[in-house]
Amino acid sequence: MTLKRRQFLTTAAVSAGALALPGYIRSARAAETVQVGALYSQTGGLSVVEKMLASAVQLAASEINAAGGVLGRQIEVIVEDGASDPKTFAEKAQKLVIRDKVETVFGCHTSASRKAVLPIFERRNAMLFYQTHYEGFECSRNVVYLGAVPNQQLSNYIPWIINTLGKKKFFIVGSNYVYPREMAKVSKSLIEAGGAEWVADEYLELGHSEWAVMVNKIKESGADVVLSHVVGDSIISFYREFRNQGLSHADLPICATVTSEIEIAAMGPEYAAGSYTSFPYFMSIDRPENKSFIQRYRDFVNDQKAITYHSLEAAYFQLFLWKQAVEKAGDFTADGIREGIRGQEYDAPGGPVKVDADNLHTWVTPNIGQWQPDGQSKIVDSYGQPIKPLPYSGYGETAENLFCTAAGLDSSKL
Amino acid sequence: MFDILFIGLSLSSILLLVALGLAVTYGAMGIINMAHGEMVMIGAYVAVLSNIWLGANLLLAIPLAFLVTAALGYGLERLVVRRLYGRLLDTLLATWGIAILLQQAIRLEFGLTFFGIHIEGLGSGLQNVPVPQFLQGTLGLFGLQLNSYRVFIVLVTLALAGLTWFTLYRTPLGMKVRAIIRNPQMASACGIDVKATNAITFALGSGLAGVAGVLMAGFRSVSPDMGATMVVDGFMVVVTGGVGSLLGTVAAAGILGEINALVAIFFNEIAGRASVLLVVILVILLRPAGLFSFKGR
Repeated sequence: MTLKRRQFLTTAAVSAGALALPGYIRSARAAETVQVGALYSQTGGLSVVEKMLASAVQLAASEINAAGGVLGRQIEVIVEDGASDPKTFAEKAQKLVIRDKVETVFGCHTSASRKAVLPIFERRNAMLFYQTHYEGFECSRNVVYLGAVPNQQLSNYIPWIINTLGKKKFFIVGSNYVYPREMAKVSKSLIEAGGAEWVADEYLELGHSEWAVMVNKIKESGADVVLSHVVGDSIISFYREFRNQGLSHADLPICATVTSEIEIAAMGPEYAAGSYTSFPYFMSIDRPENKSFIQRYRDFVNDQKAITYHSLEAAYFQLFLWKQAVEKAGDFTADGIREGIRGQEYDAPGGPVKVDADNLHTWVTPNIGQWQPDGQSKIVDSYGQPIKPLPYSGYGETAENLFCTAAGLDSSKL
Repeated sequence: MFDILFIGLSLSSILLLVALGLAVTYGAMGIINMAHGEMVMIGAYVAVLSNIWLGANLLLAIPLAFLVTAALGYGLERLVVRRLYGRLLDTLLATWGIAILLQQAIRLEFGLTFFGIHIEGLGSGLQNVPVPQFLQGTLGLFGLQLNSYRVFIVLVTLALAGLTWFTLYRTPLGMKVRAIIRNPQMASACGIDVKATNAITFALGSGLAGVAGVLMAGFRSVSPDMGATMVVDGFMVVVTGGVGSLLGTVAAAGILGEINALVAIFFNEIAGRASVLLVVILVILLRPAGLFSFKGR
C-alpha cells in the first residue's frame, strides 16, 4: 500500500499527537466522540471535595467508554475549573455551552454555583446534571437533580429520632445560609408533627470554627438531641468542641444531615462516634456493587485509602442515567435527554435510584447511619425503598399535590 | 455567669493569639503583614507534619513551630520586607503576594504534586492533629466543667503575652525595638543596628503566629486557606487596641472576646459577631488611634 504525501502527513501528525498526549487519543477521532462538560472547582477552598466529584465523573465515563460508549460514540469529558467562585462557574458554563457546544454538563457542588450557572443552561437550552443534596425550592427544566432534597433526608429521620431514640427536645443548629435554613424549616414541621418540640434554632456564620458559645448554649438548653445542618469545615470544630465541653453522643446525640465520611475522617472519628447522619448513601452500605465501586474508585484515583460518600456516588451514577436517557431518546440533544431521562432507573452502588418523571429530581432510599470509632457508619435504619423527591416539601408540597411538574413550577401554589 | 466569662476569655485568648504576633510586626514595625495568617497556617502544618512524621504531640510542636515560622519570618524580612520600610501600602501588597505563595506552596506540596509525589499531611485537603489525652474533655474548676483544651489555650496565651511583654520591656532587644518604634533615624544615630533589630523583631512576630497555629490546630481543621480570615481579626484587635501598644492589644482582645461571648449567649452568634464589628467601628470613630496609644510616633 502506498501512501499519498498528504495522507502520510496527516497520519504522521495524528500519531505524533497521540504519542505525545496518550490521554487525548480519543480527541483526535472527534467524529466518534461525544463531548460532555465536567464543571467542578479544581482550585480554591472547595477543590478538595469537587476534585473527587470530577474524578467520579471521569471514572464513570471511562467505564462507559470501555463498554462501547453511548450510541457507539466514546465520551470525551471536558473538565473546567470553577475555582470555588460562582462567577467563574458562570463563565466556564458559558464556555462549555456556547463555545464547546456541549449539550450536557455534569457539575456544580454548592447551591451558589448552581444558581450562578442556571440562567445559562435555561437560555441556551442545555442540560446540567447536579449531584449534590440541596435545599430544594428549585424546579428547572434544564437541571437533573441527583442528590437528596430535604424530604428524603428528614421525613423518616425525624420520626425515627422521636420514636426510636425517644428524643423530645430538639436543638436545631446550622450554618447561616440558605441550605441549613430551608432544612430547618422542613425539620420544624416534622418535629411538631411528631409531637416533639424544638427549643432553639441557631446559626453560625459559614466557615466559622468558634463553637464555644454555641456548644455552651446547647448544654444549657435542656435539649436532648441536636439536629445539625452545619456544613463544611465548621463541622470539624463543632464535633470537637462538643466532646471537649464534656457532652456525649450517648446522652445528647448530634443528628446531622451534612456530616459525611469526609468530615468524620478530618475531625478524627473518635469525636463523632455514636452520632448519627441521614444520607441515601454511606460508604459502609453492604452490597457487592458498592464494594466494587469503592475499589474501582480507589484504583482510578490511585489512592487505596480514598473515601466515597453521598455526592460522590451520585456524581458517578449520574452518567449512567444520562447514558440511558440518550439511548432512549436516540440523540444527544438537551430536549432528548430531558424527555428520555424521565422515569429512568439505575442500580447505583448504594441501591436503586430513579429519576422522577415530574420534577427531574431523583428517587433515593433514606438511610440512617451511626458513626463508629473506625470512621465508618453502621446503618441503623433504612427506609428500604426509594422515596419520591419533593423539592417544595418545606412549602407544603406532597406527593398528591405537586408544585413542580413536567410543565414547570406551579407558582400559584407557593 | 462564670462559665460565660470563661467562654469570653477563651474567645479573647484566640483573638490575642493571632494578634500578639501582629502587635509586634504591625504595631512595632509598621508593616501591614498580610502573610501573618499564613504564618499561623504554617505553624498548624508544623503540628500536622511533626505528628505524622515524628510522632510528636502537640506540646512538642509548639517550640518546633516557633522555630520554623521564626526562621521563615527572618528570611522574609531579609528578602522582601526590608526593602519596603516606610512604604505602608507596598508592604500590604507584597506580603499579600507572599501569603498567596505560601498557601499554594502547601496546597501543591512545594510543587511536588506536579511530579506525582504526595507528602502525607500536605496538599489541599483538610488535616487534623490529635490532642493529647490529658487535654481532652473537661476540667473541674470552681465547681464548673471547663473545656480543658480551652483552659490550656488561655494559659499558653497568657504565658506568650507575658513573654512578649518581657522581651519588649525588660530586655536590651526590647529597648532597641521600642527606640526604633519612636524614631528609627534617631535610634540609628544612637548606634542601634536598625536592620538587624528589625529582622529579629519580624522573626519574633512570625514565631508567635506559628505557636498560635499549633494551638488552633487542636480544635479546628487545618487547611491551606485557614489563615486568610484570621489576619482580619488580628488587625481588628491591634487597631482597636492602639497600634504599638502591647497592653492595648491585650485589652482589646479581652474586651472584644467578652462582648462577642455575651451577645452571642443572650442573642445569637450572628449578633455577637456584628456587635464586635460595631464596637470596633465606634472605637475607631471616637478614638482613631485606638484604646491605648502613645503620641509622638
